[in-house]
Amino acid sequence: MASTNSPAGPATGFNIWRLWTDERHRGILSQAIVVILVALALVWVADNTRTNLDNRGLDIGFDFLADPAGIGIGVSLIEYRSTDTWLRAMTVGLLNTVLVSALGIVAATAIGFAAGIMRLLPNWLIRTIIATWVEFTRNVPLLLQIIFWWTLLLSLPTVRETLRIGDSIFLNNSGITGPSPVFEPGASAVLIALAAGVAAAWAVLNWARKRQAATGERLPAGWIALGLIVLLPLAVYFASGEPISWDTPTANRFGRLRGGLTVTPELVALWFALSTYTGAFISEIVRAGILSVSKGQTEAAGSLGLKGWQTTRLIIMPQALRVIIPPLTSQFLNLTKNSSLALAVGFQDFVGIGSQAQNQTGQAIEIVFSWMVVYVSLSLLTSAFMNWYNARIALVER
Amino acid sequence: MSMQPFHRAQKDMLAERPPPATTTGTLGWLRENLFSNWFNTGLTLLALYLLWTIIPPFIDWAFIHADASGSTGRECTTEGACWAWLDQRIDQFLYGFYTASEYWRVNLTVILLIPALLPLLFDGIPCARQLRYFSLAYPVIAVFLLVGGIGLEAVPTSSFGGFMLNLAVGLSGIVLSLPVGILLALGRRSNLPAVRILCVMFIELVRGVPLITLLFTAAILLPMFLPENWSPDLVIRVIVVVTAFASAYMAEVIRGGLQAIPKGQYEAAQAMGLGYWQSMRLIILPQALKISIPGIVNTFIGLFKDTTLVFLIGLFDILGIARSLQQNQDWIGKVDAEGFLFTSLFFFIVCFSMSRYSLNLEKRLDTTNR
Repeated sequence: MASTNSPAGPATGFNIWRLWTDERHRGILSQAIVVILVALALVWVADNTRTNLDNRGLDIGFDFLADPAGIGIGVSLIEYRSTDTWLRAMTVGLLNTVLVSALGIVAATAIGFAAGIMRLLPNWLIRTIIATWVEFTRNVPLLLQIIFWWTLLLSLPTVRETLRIGDSIFLNNSGITGPSPVFEPGASAVLIALAAGVAAAWAVLNWARKRQAATGERLPAGWIALGLIVLLPLAVYFASGEPISWDTPTANRFGRLRGGLTVTPELVALWFALSTYTGAFISEIVRAGILSVSKGQTEAAGSLGLKGWQTTRLIIMPQALRVIIPPLTSQFLNLTKNSSLALAVGFQDFVGIGSQAQNQTGQAIEIVFSWMVVYVSLSLLTSAFMNWYNARIALVER
Repeated sequence: MSMQPFHRAQKDMLAERPPPATTTGTLGWLRENLFSNWFNTGLTLLALYLLWTIIPPFIDWAFIHADASGSTGRECTTEGACWAWLDQRIDQFLYGFYTASEYWRVNLTVILLIPALLPLLFDGIPCARQLRYFSLAYPVIAVFLLVGGIGLEAVPTSSFGGFMLNLAVGLSGIVLSLPVGILLALGRRSNLPAVRILCVMFIELVRGVPLITLLFTAAILLPMFLPENWSPDLVIRVIVVVTAFASAYMAEVIRGGLQAIPKGQYEAAQAMGLGYWQSMRLIILPQALKISIPGIVNTFIGLFKDTTLVFLIGLFDILGIARSLQQNQDWIGKVDAEGFLFTSLFFFIVCFSMSRYSLNLEKRLDTTNR
């Protein structure tokens, strides 16, 4: 910020030193230096890479994606055979990442809110137990927790000595097997009815809110909405001759299970560890959010005649959520990124399949590049959604 | 009911009576916190039952019926925990493959950390000024002690392992990511568009991807990016990417601190005739860093836990050593829970004390009146 106006009056003629002493010129000069340095570094790296690749006889390009992958994949949401291409294998991996992240986000939010609210209970013992659990879970590396749960699930009895919970849930060291829904023709009508029920419930709730704002009369809108969501699909279900049934797994003489849906120990361990770990962080966020609502709000709600649950739902939570949502977003992003630790237990998510592809094809640059593109896009998508939600619930200032 | 005429009046002040016994002391506390109503009582009983089913069996397993002698897992015959491996493996858990005769160097490095940290963490330490110079010199001393060189037997970084590797990667990441993070944060708020765009791109790219992909970059791609005869050791490469990773998060924490400084401070610094770097160094950063300390410590905690990920690219940190013990022929199936428990204690102690410190500091810095 040194002044260019020397006492002798404005400098005349071009002076190379003025490039540095004049703030505007200095800005441009230093940016030019930075850009040139970065560009030189990139060129240097590119040149090294080309030399190294040439020496090893490797080529850069995404052609390998069309080659058959030849790897088996345990859990796949779409149909996959080992003769399929790497592109398809990577898609399976991407879907697995999305699956684990989505499952984890739902469970972590539930665990986090439950634990956060329980830490505010008047019961000292419950508070202390939850606090101890939170501190232990937060301060131990997630990777260790994932491997721990995985080892625990692998030490379950073998297939021959499967544990049974109730009639239809089987536990052994190759997974947890439970009944799976079977959709027969006509099932789509039930699903459509369910969608219609949800839409109608939403409309009723909206209408009831507007009506209450206009007339002050309250309708039992919650019950009506619940009835619509439950009864409509049920009615269609029975009317169309019960087109959805449960496929219950059965065990043969050697304990081998037939039918049902098996969830592998890898997926369960990953899901459990991710959701408890992130849940512990979320519980702290929720607790801080609720505590940030001043006590006067609760007292004001009480003097308006609101009951305990109404106070929580109508007064405390809307204000707490404003504090909770932004850090919650970054926890969701962390969970999505942490799901890549699936690699440690051999659950084939996007990183896991990518690392297999890298092992077999040697196309490391392309694979690391695709990891970066995919994870940055997933992060942007999640934060775009959460920003939209945050804007919706934010305080409207006039 | 007719009103009775008022006969009696108290002339003297009554002596103060103690509050009912059920509202004070242990009994009062119990009533208030555990048995205030039927719901609360139910929760208390449930919690007590839960603790009863967990804690006594755990103590029984971990201590009372534990077996601590023998040289293989087969000699652990009791139903409790098998701690027999501790005797022969503890050095590996702590020092990895570090030369056994040089363990004292690792110990000294850890012991010297205490005087190096004290003046930075707490106020009112005697001769804090002199100690701060020691803190500045500590990284150099630590590297010299661990790696060796002039006068000390050289130990290759490839023999780093165990908890010492976690500490080495974690501490280097912490020490290096703070200055880099500060520069990135300043760059992100710079008026120069080229600098700002480069910093934003770096920060958002690094924060957008999982650490494991960056570690793969360190393991596989970095040797490809560098000239062939110029390939640093894997541990060094890991430290570089871990630093880059932590700096991006650090930059965001510090940016938060910078944004919280009122604009008047910037303007006042300009009015005093301070240049950009002077005003940052003397006016802005001291205030911004102070309010971002809790966030910085949280980043440190995350970084330290993340050092276990080096296990996934083939380094043997404490988790890697624990896994290799668990898969060892002599111990397989006998030391699963024990290995995890032992390893997690190290992280719990370090990370929990860091988080307590940060909480404490937050209270000390919080000057608002509630």
